Formats: sequence, structure tokens, C-alpha cells
Amino acid sequence: MPSFKFILLVIIGCGLVTWILRVIPFVLLKKFELPRSFVQFLSFVPIVIMAALWFNGLFVQHLGHLPTINFPNLLASIPTAIAAVISKNLLVIVAVGIVSLALIRILI
Amino acid sequence: MNGELTAKTGIKDTIPTLSGYIGVGLAFGIVAKAAGLNVVMIILMSAITYSGAAQFVIVSMLVAGSSFFAIILSVFLLSARMLLMGMTVAPYMKKESMLKNIIIGSLLTDETFALSMNKLNATGRVLSFKWLNSANLIAYLTWVISSGIGGALGGLIPNPNLFGLDFAFLAMFIGLLYLQVIADKTMKFKLQLAVIVITLGLTYVGLIFIPSNLLLIVVTLAGGGFGVFIKDAFF
Repeated sequence: MPSFKFILLVIIGCGLVTWILRVIPFVLLKKFELPRSFVQFLSFVPIVIMAALWFNGLFVQHLGHLPTINFPNLLASIPTAIAAVISKNLLVIVAVGIVSLALIRILI
Repeated sequence: MNGELTAKTGIKDTIPTLSGYIGVGLAFGIVAKAAGLNVVMIILMSAITYSGAAQFVIVSMLVAGSSFFAIILSVFLLSARMLLMGMTVAPYMKKESMLKNIIIGSLLTDETFALSMNKLNATGRVLSFKWLNSANLIAYLTWVISSGIGGALGGLIPNPNLFGLDFAFLAMFIGLLYLQVIADKTMKFKLQLAVIVITLGLTYVGLIFIPSNLLLIVVTLAGGGFGVFIKDAFF
């Protein structure tokens, strides 16, 4: 592990990067309007990002080769999705997800 | 979730997502401690860098002995999606002052973004500073505190993954995605479903040749582009 000073520098540098990426849209859009076509593009961003974050967890990457399936995560997604449809309650969905994956890891 | 936009409902609406922050925050603290970071560094990283996925990447790159600029570049690519999320939320904050806009932007995360997109469906497409700021603040504090506790527990728990805590965020995205699809009346269900299936395809193909830190932003850009295209062509 590198020195404390180096780690602190990394933390602050990365903090600046994430902060700038977070704040720029709010500063710019306060002054400017987005073109209509771009607003239409942005209307798809929520579902695409949420879906992409989920699907990313269902595979294991092997650069240059086909990804393999992350079976524990895929299996745990099934009761989690069912819990979503039945309960429509985030707390229940997350609890079912965590317990499902824990059970799958114990059993497999 | 109802249509109220007070600070109190902001806190109330955020509570269900907190288990995700607690689960992954604890897991991050434990993993970072095991990698050799102390509790102070863990808390500083959660408080300053404040980005779940990026923090895991930073720790693994520190362990691997990566250079300063390699780490910064990875974090930049991984977090570039914040630009798109910010642009989606910012129009709803346009009437607020510049300072309030900066405050909201500074603490926006994947989850409070997704939560605010869900909230829009209940409020007739408006958001308030008070509501989003309290959601952001609660999420931030929970993340910093739970990663600190995870770091302190570090040595005691040999294999945190055994408890399934790392699935908390994935479960949350499944839930938020489902809630978004059933609640968003501005977009046809079939169109949403088509975009989700395309995103699955893009993710699978992308995994073959796009490095993981670039993947999310590429898939988001392409998925949104396909969305516009099929909406114009078929809907």
C-alpha cells in the first residue's frame, strides 16, 4: 500500500474530479437551455443507467472474450425482481435481494 | 411515494434506499481495511470522493500500485455518467439560486438521482431543493458513517461477501428500475421495455471489448441514442 500522503492526494484528486462532473451540469444549465433533441435523449438516461448498472452485475468480464454469467447475482435477481413486482417497496426489495444472495452463497 | 416535496418527505422517501448505502458502505469499509487503508483514510475517501463504484476501483488500483493519473482517469471515466444524470435533474432546479444548484449537484448520486426520477412521477414533474437536498444529505451521511463502521469492523469480519451485502446496490437498481417503468407515464411501456432489452444487449457486447471503467458511460450514451432512434421510428 502506498504512503498516506499519496493516498490523500488520490482521495482529493478523485474528489475534485467527481465534484466537477457532478456540478458542471447544474452550473451550465442554470444559464443555458438544452436543445429539444438532447432533452429527448436525456429522457432515456434514467432507465438506461439503472438497467446498465444492474446488467453489469450479471456478468463477469473477460476482455477480448465473451463475458460469462455471474450465476449467484443472476439467481438472486429473480426473487428480487419478484419482490419488486409484489411489494413495490424498496426496503423489501433490497432485503429480499441481500437474503437471497446470502442463501445462494451458503447453499452453492 | 406521494407528491409532497418537503424536507421531511425527502427524508422519508430516502429511508428505503438507506439499506443499500449501509450494506455497500459496510462492505466498502471492510474491503478497504483489508486492503490496508486505515479508518481515517476510509472516512476521508467516502466524504471527499463520495462515489461507491469509484471508491472500490480506487482501492484496488492503490493495491495494484497504479499511478496517480491512471487512478484519476479511471475515476473520471467511471463517473462521467454523472454529467448525464446532472443534466437530467438540473432543469428541475433552474429556478433555485446558483449556490443551491451547486449544493444539489455536489451530493447527487446514482440512487438519489434514480429516486428523484421516481419522485417526478408522483409530483407532476416537479422537484424541490428541500426535498432533494434532504435526500442527498441523508444518503451522504449514511454512506460516510457506514463505511467508517465497516472500516472499524474490518479485521473482525473475514469474508463480508458471505452476507450478500454487496448485492444491496444491485437489488436497489432492480427495484428503482421497476418502479420507474411502472410509474413513468411520459413514455410507453413497450418503448421502455425495448430500451431495457437493448441496454442488456449493449452491456453484453460492450463487456467483450470495452474496459469496465468506460463501459457504463458508453452503454448509457448508446442506449439513450437507440432510445431516441426507435421512438422516432416506431412510436
